[in-house]
Parts: sequence; C-alpha cells; structure tokens
Amino acid sequence: MGKTIIEVKNLKKDFYLEEITVHALRGINLDIKEGEFVAIMGTSGSGKSTMLNILGCLDKPTSGSYLLDGVSMGELSRNELAALRNNKLGFVFQSYNLLPRTTALENVELPLFYNSKVKPKERKERAIEALEAVGLADRMFHMPNQMSGGQQQRVAIARSLVNDPVVILADEATGNLDTRTSYEIMALLQDLNSKGKTIVFVTHEPDIARFTTRQVVFRDGLIIKEEMVTNRLNAIELLNALPVEESI
Amino acid sequence: MNYTNTIKISVNALKRNKFRSFLTMLGIIIGVASVIVMLAIGQGSKKSIRDQMSSMGTNLIMVMPASQQRGGVMLGNSSAQNMTLNDITAIEKECPAISAVSPEVRSSGQAVVGNSNWPTSVYGVNNRYFSIRKYTIKSGRSFTDNEIQTYAKVCLVGQTIVEKLFEGKTDVIGQTVRFKGIPLMIIGVLSEKGENGMGQDQDDLIIAPFTTVQKRILAITYIQSIFASAVSEEKNNDAIDQVTTSLRKTHKLKDGVTDDFQVRSQAEMVQTFSSISDVLTILLGAIAGISLLVGGIGIMNIMYVSVTERTREIGLRLSVGGRATDIMMQFLIESILLSVLGGIIGISLGVAATSVAASLMNWPTVIMPASVVMSFLVCSAIGIFFGWYPARKASNLNPIDALRYE
Repeated sequence: MGKTIIEVKNLKKDFYLEEITVHALRGINLDIKEGEFVAIMGTSGSGKSTMLNILGCLDKPTSGSYLLDGVSMGELSRNELAALRNNKLGFVFQSYNLLPRTTALENVELPLFYNSKVKPKERKERAIEALEAVGLADRMFHMPNQMSGGQQQRVAIARSLVNDPVVILADEATGNLDTRTSYEIMALLQDLNSKGKTIVFVTHEPDIARFTTRQVVFRDGLIIKEEMVTNRLNAIELLNALPVEESI
Repeated sequence: MNYTNTIKISVNALKRNKFRSFLTMLGIIIGVASVIVMLAIGQGSKKSIRDQMSSMGTNLIMVMPASQQRGGVMLGNSSAQNMTLNDITAIEKECPAISAVSPEVRSSGQAVVGNSNWPTSVYGVNNRYFSIRKYTIKSGRSFTDNEIQTYAKVCLVGQTIVEKLFEGKTDVIGQTVRFKGIPLMIIGVLSEKGENGMGQDQDDLIIAPFTTVQKRILAITYIQSIFASAVSEEKNNDAIDQVTTSLRKTHKLKDGVTDDFQVRSQAEMVQTFSSISDVLTILLGAIAGISLLVGGIGIMNIMYVSVTERTREIGLRLSVGGRATDIMMQFLIESILLSVLGGIIGISLGVAATSVAASLMNWPTVIMPASVVMSFLVCSAIGIFFGWYPARKASNLNPIDALRYE
C-alpha cells in the first residue's frame, strides 16, 4: 500500500430543504490508499451517493476536510474543481452516460478535450490505448446504440481511464447489467486494480462488493462498518464457472 | 481550455444532429436571402430610375401649368391654358442660364398609314426640342422656321412608329402619316432611345411643328408645357429661378400670388423617384428583417430545447472536467455557427436568387456589398444574442442534478 490518496476528516454535509435540514453526512472519517479497491455500501438514503459526489468534487461539504492527492478541495473555486475532476478523477456511471450518435473513440476522447495540454494527435492515441485496455479495440468506431450494455460500460471505463486519474469513482456501475456482464465488468476493474489503479465503487449489492478489497458501509450519514474483504472473489474464475449456455 | 477544442466540440454536436441543424438554419437562410434579394431589387430600381433619368438629360427644365401638379379638376382647365408663345420668347430673352427652349403641345390619337393604324402621340415643338430632349435625327432633317410659321404638314417619327405603321421599312421619308385626319409628310426619322425611367416607350411618338399641332390638330393658341435646357447641370437652380421670375412677369403675377405654373428640373425628378424607391427599399427590407428575426427566435428555441434534451450530456461534460465557461462557450458557439453558416448559405442563395430574378424577369437589381456585410453581421449578432440565454442556462446546471436528469 502506497500513499494516502483520499483523506476525509470529520466530513459533514447538510441539505436545506425549505424548513427542514437534512443531515446527509454526519461526520465521516475515511482514508483510501493508493491501489485500494474500496466498495462503499449502504441502502438508499444512507449517504453513500452524497459521499461519492463529494469525493468526485461535484459537491462541496458543509464542514470537514477532504484532501484528494494532497489537494484540499474545500478551498478551490468552481473552475479549479473542474480541472481537478479532469486531471485526477475518472467517473463510471450506472447508466453509462455515453454521448449518443458519437463513436466509442470520440466518447473516450471527451475528457481530453477539456485538457488543453493534450494535443489532438496525443488525444487520439491515448483514447485508442484506453479502448485497447478495456478490450474494445475492434469497436472503436461503433456508436453506443450499436453496442451491448456491457460494451457501453467498458467504453465508459475507458473514458474514465483516459486522463490517467489517481482514482476511478464508479457509481452502481453494474446496476444496469445482468450477472454475467457484471462479472465481466468486475473482472476488468479487478484487472485495472491489480495494475495499480485506485477504485472507489459504490454499490448496494453485497456479492458485487466481495470483488473489492475493502468494504465501507454507510447508514444514516455515518460509517457503521469498515472491514477488509477476507475471502475476495475473483471475477474471472466466476465467469469461467458460469454455465456455458449463458454465453450464447 | 482552448477555443479550437470548444469549436470542435460544437461542430461535433451539430454534426450529430444534421437534419435538426439544417432546419434551424433554414430560418436564418431564408431571412438573409430575402434581405439581400429585397434590398437588391429596391436598389436596382433606384439605380435604373437614376440612370434612365440622366440619359434624358440632367439639365432638363420643365415648365407645366400648376393645375397639372395640383389636380386639374380643382383648378379647372382655364389655368392649364395660361402659357403662350410669349412665355417662350420671354424665357429666350431674359434667362441667360437657359441655352435652349421649346414649347410642347401634345395630342394623342390613332396614326394611320394605309390600312394599318397605331395609337400614339403627336408632339408639337420647335426645332430646339431635339437637343433639349436628347433626340437625334437618324435620317432626314428637322423642320425649318419657315415650316413652323406656315403650319407645315410635316413630321418626324420614332422607331416604334416605323415598325408599327411601315413594318420596319427603312425608307419612310416622303411617306405620309394621317393623324386625326391631317396628313403629315415624314421628313425625318429619330434614332432609337428605348424606355424611360417610368417604362414609357420614348420611340413611340410623332414630332411636328408646334404651330401645326396647335392650329391644325388641337385648334388651340396656348401651349401645354415648356421644355428647356440649362446651360449646365450646376446652373439648374439659377435656370429655375430665372424662368420663374420671367414667367411671373409675363403672367403679370403680383407679389404674394402663387405661381400658376411649375418649374421642375430633371435632377429634382430623379430625387423624387429615388426617394420613392428608398421608401420601397425600406419597406421590403423591414419585411425581410422580420423574417430574419423569426429565424433568430427559431435558433433560440432549438438551442433552448437542446439544452433540456442534453442535460445529461452537460452533466457528463461537467463531471469529466468541463468548466461552466466551457459549456457556455460550447452552446454559444453552436448557435453562432448555426447562424453564421445559415448566413453564408443565405447570402449565396440571395445572390443566386437575385441574379435569377435579374435574368429571368429582367428586373434591375443591384447587390450592395453593404447589404451583404450587414446581413452577415446581423446573423452573427443573432447567434450571440439568441444563443446567450440557452448557453447561460446550460452552464448554470448543477452537475449532480444534470447527471441524474431523466
């Protein structure tokens, strides 16, 4: 385990809805080190999505501190946060969020368009590399509607990888997929993790969480359980164990 | 963030919706094209009026009884008979700014040769008239003073008369044309002059000594109008003043009595017609301008709908590192691209339509570079103006809400 990438101290988040104040997060302390594969679990309303939004620099905490790769995000402006999202974070969403009528390659290139340091030639090369890394080299010029859900999600993962982020944030990334495809995605994430990528994976499915290295369970805005995964599952082994006819 | 990237993003977004982009542009295309065509037609008619008026001579001075200008019914015919040969003599004597002067009496009716006839006008004038009205004699001769004094039954004819009554025969001198029962011998043929600014055929006429028309055809002693040439265009106003003074004296008008005649110069008429066609141009331009505005609102409408439709896309762009300004620039550039591209297509279409109108319908058209530049600037302005609000709306979206938008 290397350096600490995410360092959250006494983080609170309140939402003010007319007269009621909703305490979505009531004091979270969480450290994530480089190379970890963390599952954030919890029922809906537990605060896990709010936590992910703050980790993803999409939302600011009401109080407490959050250091991402040594940068304190509380003091940053909107534009600096955008730059941070661009350089240090990769997002994978439940519903893929690919641009319609746009090729896989262009979808993967998207984050690089917002990075002025990347030249057009390099942009394309890096997008091709990312697609190769997720095993979609032959689908580069396919539109999202020409691909299966699993393939679309792999394009989304390639998109999150392309900027070489310090952490990949996945929000219910297997939520829309069948068992087999979920395992394929988890196999891919495990593979990336084994190559050193830090991944934070929000899910409400306990069996999916067993592919990760550490589970953090939220309830009512607090962490109620935090433990290392003991008998970690290997997605590739599970895939091979699945009945053959399902692959037809 | 550099602008090449933003422009590329915008172009890609427009390419993804080719048909919708085209429909959006259509409003601008039609608006710009109609502005250009309308202004070209307006300017063209103005220019052709001006050209043809000046071909008639810019130093031309016309004197008409005032009743013609105010409406003959109100003042009665008697006031239309207030000019006589004395006025001509007086102008010749007293107006140094006038180089030539001729009376004009006019009669309309059928001209007959053998078994063919043609409705035309006979103009009774003196032999200075040709130079005043810029008529040249193609063959034959003008009439002599002696012929004027003796009411000689001679005439000169225009090309249209030759065509209609003599089937284009070249040798018509010595032939006789009968007008209202009076046989007139042709002593000369005028060169072709074409149409004037008001579309009148200037070759459809017979010119005879004014005495002949007065005594033999109309049986009157007054003259209907006076045509004169100023010594130069610059002397037009002096000439008008001198003619006015001279005529007031011969008409014995006391101070304070309004003129019973009206002196006008060709330059004045050019101005009058130009200002009429200016009003026309403004009117046509305004109509076209409204369609341009409607086109702009169309762009705003589509961009606004597009922001809503692409809420998730905006959320995604924000989450992968797009700043609010990047999103705003993207939408702004999209709408500017639509309007500028629409503007360019509209300009080409307008120029094409103008030349089609010019060649098929023989309309005089002038495409002013100013109208092209102006409509292009208006397009860009429309793009910025109507793109601003939707673009701002897009950039103000909260990324979390935008990502979860259904």
